[in-house]
Amino acid sequence: MKGLEQLLAEHPFFAGMEPKDLALIAGCGTNARFEAGDYLFREGEPADRFYLLRSGRAVVEVHDPARGTITVLSAGEGEVLGFSWLMPPYRWVFDARALELTRALVFDGACLRDKCEADARLGYDLLKRVTGVMMQRLEAASVQLLDVYGGVRAR
Amino acid sequence: MSDLVRTPDDAAPPDPMVPAIHRVRRTRQETPDTWTLELEPVDGDGQRTYAPGQFNMLYVFGVGEAPISISGDPTGPPGLLAHTVRAVGAVTRALCALRRGDLLGVRGPFGNAWPIDQAAGHDVLLVAGGVGLAPLRSAFCRILGERSRFGRVSLLYGARSPRGLVFADDLRRWRARFDVEVEITVDHAVGPWRGHVGVVTQLLDYAPIEPEDCVALLCGPEVMMRYVGRELGRRGLPAERTYVSLERNMRCGIGLCGHCQLGGELICRDGPVYSLSRIEPLLRIREL
Repeated sequence: MKGLEQLLAEHPFFAGMEPKDLALIAGCGTNARFEAGDYLFREGEPADRFYLLRSGRAVVEVHDPARGTITVLSAGEGEVLGFSWLMPPYRWVFDARALELTRALVFDGACLRDKCEADARLGYDLLKRVTGVMMQRLEAASVQLLDVYGGVRAR
Repeated sequence: MSDLVRTPDDAAPPDPMVPAIHRVRRTRQETPDTWTLELEPVDGDGQRTYAPGQFNMLYVFGVGEAPISISGDPTGPPGLLAHTVRAVGAVTRALCALRRGDLLGVRGPFGNAWPIDQAAGHDVLLVAGGVGLAPLRSAFCRILGERSRFGRVSLLYGARSPRGLVFADDLRRWRARFDVEVEITVDHAVGPWRGHVGVVTQLLDYAPIEPEDCVALLCGPEVMMRYVGRELGRRGLPAERTYVSLERNMRCGIGLCGHCQLGGELICRDGPVYSLSRIEPLLRIREL
């Protein structure tokens, strides 16, 4: 059975990270399994975890009383979920739910923050990786907002 | 009088400005505002052959004409045409309202084609957005018909919502094949959708490319193609092997009227398919 450090090293999010840093981060993590329909996190609850998906698929949702539950993002193997542990007030702003059996590495957000505070180099490395994903998500969200499939010239 | 009688041998080529009358053979509603029309020529001569990527001018009598890409399977029965139309204006609304047996005029086919023969021997990545799957459907059908000529074949398709997906039956059939990869995403989903949610560029992670051995064909809203082209560039695919299909205000179809001019290009005659390396500089000029 693979140890947490090895699983971390194989995950694209941590590709190329130094083994001693992986060992530090692994100290904050654990393996988790979510059945279809299980919530990874829920809007408004304390955001104290960071998820690296190893298999399966999860969706990020928001509930609108008028329209029901709207899925705004899906994530699968090799992707990450949950950034609200990084910044106060440490509360989730969306729901995340497993669509199918999903395996993930789950990290304690406070533990990660403490290690980043104690080791600025590690903190910078982790933040660069998180920022890369956030940039991709921000770009995708901007394109979604453009509603490119809606605006068609009349003819 | 005998000099007025034309024989087939000396018959003039068809005038590209004169529509050939076609009958609607079948219609299929793809989405709430998009229909596919199957057309057959009334005179029985059969439509001139077409290549995937070309378009026809469809004429609804008394309403007007619109350029519509050919979405049919080029390996299917000869003479049959298929066009997939989204109702976004007077002419396209009238096209979508046509029913079996109705008549309409068809001019074409016009424009150039997807570089399918040049892609033979390489991996092919097709990326479509919304009703942009229509012109790529022809290319995809031809590639499937000659599957052994190509390397890895992937189709990535994005739409606004699950209700906005066109060719749902085809997508199901293609996804069941073992020799192609088909990934679908929607911008937003409400209800029992279990597929990807996000923009189509995010699907590129599910279809890794070998930049030195891949040809990409993109069709969809221009903004979408710009973002996909940029992301493919980041992944090392040269703009010379990334092709897009453009839509402008095509009218005559033969490069005479200039309505579809983009810089020095007449899209109806020189396009609609361009390599990104050729057309991207023009797309960046806002005044055009």
